[in-house]
Amino acid sequence: MKDMHAISLKVNGREHELVVEARRTLADMLRHDLGYTGTHLGCEHGICGACTVVLDGAPVRACLVFGVQADGAEVRTVEGLADGEQLSDLQQAFSDHHALQCGFCTPGFLMLAEAYLAEDATQLTEARARELVAANLCRCTGYQGIIEAVLATARARRPGRKPADEP
Amino acid sequence: MTGWIGAALPRKEDRRMLLGRGRFVGDLTRPGLLHAAFVRSPHAHALVNKIDGTAASQAPGVERLFTAESLGCPYLLAMLERDEFVPTAMPILAGEKVRFVGEPVAVVIADDAYRAEDAAELVEVDWDPQPAVASMETATAAGAPRLHDHGNCLVDLLMFDDDRLPEIFAGAAVTVSATFSSARVAALPLEGRACLAEWDDRDDQLVMHVSTQVPHQVRSGVAQALGLPERSIRVIAPDVGGGFGLKCVVGREEVAVAAAALRLRRPVRWTEDRQENLTAAFHGHEQRYRVKAAFSQDGRILGLDAEIDCDTGAYSVFPFTCAVEPLMAATELPGVYKVPAYRARGRAIATNKAPAAPYRGVSRPQIVLVMERLMEKAAAALEIGPLQVRRANLIGKHEFPYTGVNKITYDEGSYRESLDLAEQIVTEKAWAADRDRLRSAGLRAGIGYACFSERTAYGTPTMSQRRMRMTPGYDTALVRMDPTGEVIVTTGTCGHGQGHETTFAQIVADRLGVHPGQVRLRQGDTDLASYGWGTWGSRSVVIGGGAAGRAADVVAGQLRKIAASQLEASPADIELAEGVARVRGDDHASIPIPELARLVHFQAHRLAEDLRYGLEARATFDPPGTFSNACHVAMVVVDPGTCAIRLRRYLVVEDCGVVINPMVVDGQVRGGVTQGAAAALLERVRFDPEGQPVSATLMDYLAPTAAEMCAVDIVHLQTPSQFSETGAKGMGEGGTIGAPAAVLGAINDALSDTDVRFDHIPVLPQDLSAALNQAGAVP
Repeated sequence: MKDMHAISLKVNGREHELVVEARRTLADMLRHDLGYTGTHLGCEHGICGACTVVLDGAPVRACLVFGVQADGAEVRTVEGLADGEQLSDLQQAFSDHHALQCGFCTPGFLMLAEAYLAEDATQLTEARARELVAANLCRCTGYQGIIEAVLATARARRPGRKPADEP
Repeated sequence: MTGWIGAALPRKEDRRMLLGRGRFVGDLTRPGLLHAAFVRSPHAHALVNKIDGTAASQAPGVERLFTAESLGCPYLLAMLERDEFVPTAMPILAGEKVRFVGEPVAVVIADDAYRAEDAAELVEVDWDPQPAVASMETATAAGAPRLHDHGNCLVDLLMFDDDRLPEIFAGAAVTVSATFSSARVAALPLEGRACLAEWDDRDDQLVMHVSTQVPHQVRSGVAQALGLPERSIRVIAPDVGGGFGLKCVVGREEVAVAAAALRLRRPVRWTEDRQENLTAAFHGHEQRYRVKAAFSQDGRILGLDAEIDCDTGAYSVFPFTCAVEPLMAATELPGVYKVPAYRARGRAIATNKAPAAPYRGVSRPQIVLVMERLMEKAAAALEIGPLQVRRANLIGKHEFPYTGVNKITYDEGSYRESLDLAEQIVTEKAWAADRDRLRSAGLRAGIGYACFSERTAYGTPTMSQRRMRMTPGYDTALVRMDPTGEVIVTTGTCGHGQGHETTFAQIVADRLGVHPGQVRLRQGDTDLASYGWGTWGSRSVVIGGGAAGRAADVVAGQLRKIAASQLEASPADIELAEGVARVRGDDHASIPIPELARLVHFQAHRLAEDLRYGLEARATFDPPGTFSNACHVAMVVVDPGTCAIRLRRYLVVEDCGVVINPMVVDGQVRGGVTQGAAAALLERVRFDPEGQPVSATLMDYLAPTAAEMCAVDIVHLQTPSQFSETGAKGMGEGGTIGAPAAVLGAINDALSDTDVRFDHIPVLPQDLSAALNQAGAVP
């Protein structure tokens, strides 16, 4: 018999109620039970970070969290970044700086950076950005574009900084 | 032409990926979807006495269990039409014998992926373990256990020989002898392999969504393995999460899933997990070169003799065969240098490890490393500068087209110019001063160069020399304008991160006088595109893009004729630009291109008969290939505490001819450099002596993160190709090809205060620490 649990959670502001097997990962639950397939699985053992989502404000590897652990939580996934069809500043910066090629790891990097920038965009140096980006794996880009995109977003989000200040 | 070529246009691919709306195989679902889990061998070499699937078949949710026997023993057979080639049929599921850890013997099909994995663990196999060969040394030793009936050497080719060599070596000022090697590595696309197969009764077709670089070859492979006509299979590559060669061969799992869907008439999906990917997919680059080179007093190479051994793992891969690495290596070893006399023998050695596939660069990272190390060793022996030795041997501008001792004709490049410019930039940016400052502070730091070219975009004129039963090379594009003036392009190339949707649109837009936003590339669908060869070998923008350009030219000709008929002008006087067809020199005589498209489709009766019925054309391109080239310079610094080797600076001066989209090219270079540098510093697929993989997770197999990389500066030279439609040369692999040699050169330069030198990659901290200790040097 499957060990099933009824849970509820919010994903990108939307309420979901579902019955989920105890061993089901948050990543599989988001992808296959709730249809948020933007969250990708690259290793399923917590190294690559492709499955990074924001769980109650903190970036987590969704492959290392069980779905039932998200009971009552608020989850943000890549699908929640844009304003309707309008890319967020971070998403736009990724395109501007060629921070993606195949796009498979991209949602993980976006959520990682989003969680960090939401907490503190003011102090981001290039060295700190490189350290942040080193949390996840990308096999296509060599990371330079990702670092530049995150830095550019941090600069633009600094308090008192008008978008016109951007080069 | 309105000049979209050369523009750093943002990529069309980005938006859907950034919104989380990419469509990868694992994202697809179907009503009643079943899931496949493979039962894999825990032994590197074993006979299979019996497979008992009773418990597994009765497990909850299990629909069916297949073994080799119940599938009818299908196999994939890659063939080379050479006497020296030993074919190795790769069974879809191994029946009597397994030849590496991870080889599949059964597949469980269940209603849930978790349950399929549970049931796979219940399958009981009676194994009869055999002695295994886990290295080329043990595989070629006398009395070694045999993987296949014919023994362990699957290819043994004396590609070139020269009677003069003994005399040349006898008379040379300096002879350099060395053994070079590179570790087995994993391509490691972030998306593993994946496949969803389903039977479609209406179209009488097996429809397969596969994470592949080569949809048509998957179709051919499945058709050949399962005895089906090709038209009854449709292979679609949706978004593909990286390939790097791992997905340019056909996986037996893909065929097994196809067979299961065919038997069950139910949709079946398999997504490879990372452990499977690291152990049971494909590896590459495990090679050893025993080389002897003769040099003159002034540093000219006089003769080169190479014994090249490639560890090919257990089977030939479909369709390339296990000869892909030794043939490439033996044919192209001389590279950018003028080698007057050459002997090369290439072998493919079977071992009890996963099969080798053509991973990014295919032997070129190794041959460049070999040639660059030879130049450095000769320089040291002759006590002249290593760049001086390189310059004494590089093919010069006035010597192109240059036909080498390897019978290859190199089209024009900038071999010397790229080195000159790289050296100039390194001087201007004071790399040496930076290095010397670090050295004064007691740190080991070094700078290394790599000069190389990369044969790209091989068509059948070149590929046919390999004598593959399935000879790749050409590609066909269809360009079609719809009644609103929008353009649809289909190709058999199959981008998976390289930005083809953008760059192909730039090529076609210039020829049709429309905006690239109005050009949509459709690829990765065997029912949509003519038979083609997918994306690998730095071929796509030259061959697929070239075919698209040619087809667009035909459509442009159709548009010009129709416009001429409406404007009462000669077609030769019509130019297509900025969305209109206009008479050259007459601003008032013009028609919007969408107006022409409407006319052709909706008012055909108003046109002369030869102008009616559609705006579309199909064209094929099949070039001989064209060489891009580059000079890489790396600087490393050694951490004295840990012996970790850190990249500090990296420069690429590259020449891929006409640059279609500089942003895309730079991205390809940076990604390639990262993979190549990691091959020199980090990556190594490891096995124990019994053939047990010991790098089965990303904690054990170290892929580079941002922390291991530094910024990569890129400068472009542009020597247009005479062999491509656009003047562009392929460039997808160059970064990976040059980086190992440049980084290894930098490491050896950093050790110049000692006698320690390395001729293998990767150089791991433990290698460096041990070597320094042995040499009595302080780490």
